[in-house]
Amino acid sequence: MTAILEVRDLVTVFHTDAGAVRAVDGVSFTVQRGETLGIVGESGSGKSVTAQSIMRLLDPPARIEGGQVLFEGRDVLAMSQAELADWRGASAAMVFQDSLTGLNPVLRILSQVSEHVVAHGRMAPSAARRHGIDLLRRMGVASPERAAAAFPHQFSGGMRQRVMLAIGMANDPSLLIADEPTTALDVTIQAQILDLMAGLNEKFGTAIMLISHDLGVIGSLCRRIAVMYAGEVVETGPTAEVLHDPRHPYAWALANAVPRLDTPVAARLPSIEGMPPDPLAMPRGCRFAPRCSLRISRCEAEHPPLIEIAPGRAVRCWVTMDGRRLPPPSLPAAAAPPRMAAAEPPLLEATGLVKHFALPRKSVFAKPEVVHAVNGVSLHLARGESLGIVGESGCGKSTLARLITRLHAPNAGSIRFQGQDITTLGGEALRGLRPRLQMVFQDPFASLNPRMRVGQILAEPLRVHGHADPEARVAALLDMVGLNPAWAARFPHEFSGGQRQRISIARALALDPALIVADEPVSALDVNVQAQVLNLMLELRARLGLAFLFIAHDLAVVRAFCDRVAVMYLGRFVEEAPAADLFASPAHPYTVALLSAVPEPGQGRIVLGGEPPSSLRLPQGCAFRARCPVARPICAEPPPLVEIAPGRRVLCHAPGSLQRSGQG
Amino acid sequence: MAVFASLVIFLISNFVPGDPVLAQLGDILASDPAVVAQWRAKWGLDLPLWERYGIFLRGLLHGDLGQSIATRRPVLEDIVQFAPATVELATISFVMALVLGIPLGIAAAIWRDSWIDAVARVLSLVGVSAPTFWLAFIMLAIFYGWLGWAPGPGRLDPIAFPPEGPSGFFLFDTAWAGDWEGFADTLAHLILPAIVLAAATLGLITRTTRAAMLDCLQQDYVRVARAKGLRERVVVLRHALRNALVPVVTLGGLAYANLLTGAVMTETIFAWPGLGRYTFRSAAALDFPAIMGITLVVSATYLLVNLLVDLSYAVLDPRVRR
Amino acid sequence: MALPASRMRRRMRRYGLAWAGAAIVLAWLLVALLAPWISPYPPDAVDVTQRLLLPSAAHWLGTDILGRDVLSRLLHGARISLLAGFSVVLLGAGIGTTIGILAAWLRGWGEEALMRLTDLVLCFPPIILALALAAALGIGTTNTIIAMLVVWWPKYARLARSLALVQRSQEYVEAATVLGLPQKRILFRHVLPNVFGPIAVLCTLDLGIAILTFAGLSFLGLGVVPPAAEWGSMVSEGRELVEQWWVATFPGLAILTVVIGFNFLGDGLRDWLDPKAQR
Repeated sequence: MTAILEVRDLVTVFHTDAGAVRAVDGVSFTVQRGETLGIVGESGSGKSVTAQSIMRLLDPPARIEGGQVLFEGRDVLAMSQAELADWRGASAAMVFQDSLTGLNPVLRILSQVSEHVVAHGRMAPSAARRHGIDLLRRMGVASPERAAAAFPHQFSGGMRQRVMLAIGMANDPSLLIADEPTTALDVTIQAQILDLMAGLNEKFGTAIMLISHDLGVIGSLCRRIAVMYAGEVVETGPTAEVLHDPRHPYAWALANAVPRLDTPVAARLPSIEGMPPDPLAMPRGCRFAPRCSLRISRCEAEHPPLIEIAPGRAVRCWVTMDGRRLPPPSLPAAAAPPRMAAAEPPLLEATGLVKHFALPRKSVFAKPEVVHAVNGVSLHLARGESLGIVGESGCGKSTLARLITRLHAPNAGSIRFQGQDITTLGGEALRGLRPRLQMVFQDPFASLNPRMRVGQILAEPLRVHGHADPEARVAALLDMVGLNPAWAARFPHEFSGGQRQRISIARALALDPALIVADEPVSALDVNVQAQVLNLMLELRARLGLAFLFIAHDLAVVRAFCDRVAVMYLGRFVEEAPAADLFASPAHPYTVALLSAVPEPGQGRIVLGGEPPSSLRLPQGCAFRARCPVARPICAEPPPLVEIAPGRRVLCHAPGSLQRSGQG
Repeated sequence: MAVFASLVIFLISNFVPGDPVLAQLGDILASDPAVVAQWRAKWGLDLPLWERYGIFLRGLLHGDLGQSIATRRPVLEDIVQFAPATVELATISFVMALVLGIPLGIAAAIWRDSWIDAVARVLSLVGVSAPTFWLAFIMLAIFYGWLGWAPGPGRLDPIAFPPEGPSGFFLFDTAWAGDWEGFADTLAHLILPAIVLAAATLGLITRTTRAAMLDCLQQDYVRVARAKGLRERVVVLRHALRNALVPVVTLGGLAYANLLTGAVMTETIFAWPGLGRYTFRSAAALDFPAIMGITLVVSATYLLVNLLVDLSYAVLDPRVRR
Repeated sequence: MALPASRMRRRMRRYGLAWAGAAIVLAWLLVALLAPWISPYPPDAVDVTQRLLLPSAAHWLGTDILGRDVLSRLLHGARISLLAGFSVVLLGAGIGTTIGILAAWLRGWGEEALMRLTDLVLCFPPIILALALAAALGIGTTNTIIAMLVVWWPKYARLARSLALVQRSQEYVEAATVLGLPQKRILFRHVLPNVFGPIAVLCTLDLGIAILTFAGLSFLGLGVVPPAAEWGSMVSEGRELVEQWWVATFPGLAILTVVIGFNFLGDGLRDWLDPKAQR
């Protein structure tokens, strides 16, 4: 097989005010014709910059300062602007992560899909238009003729990403570079897109270079993988081999830090402490050495080269370069089973919660549209227990979190917390409740006031509620979450995402709450940092006996943390069960699909078609009916809440009728 | 809203510390109470407030804006007489500002930090920072007083006859009548005031275009367009500019207000017989019917302009359409 | 921490204009402050024998039609112009911001009412309304400032409201509510400081516009009471004197430089606060 893309010792430098940052520092890899290569690394590893360098889409102050990029033997770095314009979009194409900003908001879809077909002289405008509609159809865009005349903002994220793929494939490129194409999408939609891309590779022989921080995504699509760290490639090889038998300690940490569906429930995840090196002050030797538990003295003194240890496998490590394997991770200690306080009244009890919002009117005469966010949710939580709530975007889980913490008042239903009815509490009484019921938010950058020092942020609630010695408590809190108490004088922007989430957690703990509602606390973090924060939360939970309401879209994360899990769809719980039971034998078809959509290498997938229905108009009968692979006529009736086992409830006419295939 | 607006105008001009009577009659006549009373009655100033408002509204509906105390003619007639001069001047200025400003802004954004960018930024800075009345004076002093290149103040040479044309727009009328000498004369008199009036608007448009283009050129969709292999020219004009124009158009209302302000100053210095100078004189003479009339007419057109801007915003940006 | 020379130069270049602007503004502020002490002649010293003299050693900027020293009048004019500008902007911003934040916080019909009021004022082109009000109230610095104030506050109300609305839905504001902080504290400690930045930028750029407008109104005879020395009215006095150009030119030049200074400063402030510009 001939190589379609050869990258040799690529070096890209950013000339910032603070100094020269070598974002890509001597990266080499090859993509064969028709092959799928995955590039995995955390944010800051240089993977996106590599892709942009290959396509020469860098803006100043970034510059390519070394190396070669050969496409079918031609030197891309030496091309003139005209040759570059000919090559881009025709022989090689790129798909970007953010489909909302990547599509021009004022131009119609069809013109964006077909303009470069005409520009490259491959077709006349009318033929190109037909070709465009055909492309949209092939990419699975619903009603392609109508879609062609529409504008980007009228589409959902999944549809827009399909449009981006259509744009990429318009001129039948030999190479498609996809930079985090599914990162912003829901799990089930992500499964659809990955399926689509696999199909493109099989049917048209398009080579795909997939960039992602998600090992599961890469594992499910790519045959070969290259792992990047701190601007370098540290390991390459066939995906299955690298994932099951990683040779570089960083790859090892990545592969094992991912919460998987087969790890024990609520168990600690292997993770490595620390952060990637400061690009302005790279270590002299191996860049991973400061965090590596296997390091030897040579690692800190000399910089290791990328060495081939077997045909098709290479690794950049002094310890494993002789071909030895790395020890498997120590089995995570099984968590202590949750204390069954059966006779105690539940800490939190919510019944029939309903919340809807009226959207602003479009015109004076139109009726205001209503978003039905939460449509009858009942839950209970015992002291020290953690309940996970899983669902995709739009299912209402964030609204539910805000109902429980009384940021909003429910339109119907009741909430009892520690025996007190808090449904309509207001004013002073509500503020008196606050210390016992706290929240951690999703966005580490928006949940801390950028103008206050960390110490002030933590001390403020203490002062307001009359705490005796705020400073001492602040120091103790910082220590509890694994941060240096001396950093209380710093501002939030001086911390990384993971550290900011720790500060958020410290803030939630400040008032000694009994219950913490965590709204997607780790969704915005890299895999390794995610593992660190989850471990912290596990430890705190064990130590302080906290109860958690843990909201997430990622099933595996929930599995790592929660005793019980509830699956939410269109404002209702469709299934509720102890975690182990839910993952072992899911009963509701949506749960089954959700589980199988989690990208894991070698897993058979049930790919759900279509998209979640809009919450503006609730469907009659079962909300999942339109997408359910095993829907029956009776599903037009509202489904009953069936208790199929003690503690297990399913909202379905025929629970258990959808089975997963290809387990293992 | 419009009703409230008219009420506001009415109230302003009636709750006034100054006394228009004195201003108009002069000291000698004003000392005679009989004359004052007669004068007041003539202008309806002795009626109760709400009655006067009623008269005012009724007059409005009939297109009667009252009578100017200073010129003794219906205000509406005054406005109609003076409007063409201002409209002609303002239109030429606005077109100049657009035709120069937008390309300059685009060029400044594309070749950032080059000499074009520097020129654009200096020009727009001076345009925005210089007081219009001063700029008018400087231009007149340099090009008329010192260099003698430009003709003096006024729309035409003092000895020339104004054209008899249909529109009141001298450029149009002289061309219509085939009077090429008059056309040249009109043009020569137009240039200086047009440049002065255009200056502030030019500055605003250049700045905004440049900023909008810079912002758009950084957007992801521009990167995607380049990744498609489109030529740079296409990327800039079709993708970036189309988006950049949206904030520029919404400037329309502000630009209009600028032109008005500038018109008052410029016309005064260049002795241009337009609405601007009329406004100035009415304000100085405390001629309240005139002030009210002008405010009404100008505000109405201002509302119209803003409405047009809102509509065009919906046309340009599909996200707003819903 | 001492940065290497190249980095310093780069940073200076980016903010060089802003510093220049600050310097200009500071210089004029000093002039305004020290005017009575640094003027060579009293500003209203009429001397008909010395009228319309060319700039010379005795009168650096010449004399005007009543024989008054242009330079001295210029220096004193700085006081009035700067005072008027600052008053209008600071008061206007204060009133407008308060109304805007109040509207965003109250929501419901309180917000509707306040916003309708704002829209009402915005119906009118600013200069015309200011003109009408100034004419109605009579000439004089205070009256003109009041007239301008009425026209000035709405844009701050609009901006403050939209900023406050954004802040309201920020997660750290939600967090403050969950922590049980009282509403007032949230408003002052969390929302206001983050609204302050863009408002401050608008204020700085606005100072230039306020000074221009005040001078314009004075030029039209509606601002200060003669024989007060104010830049706009000085230009008005000299507007027929094309031959004796210095009478009208120098005051206008003064306005130009002050406004340029504020523009530089405002632009620099805006770039500094803009998160996208952080590199």
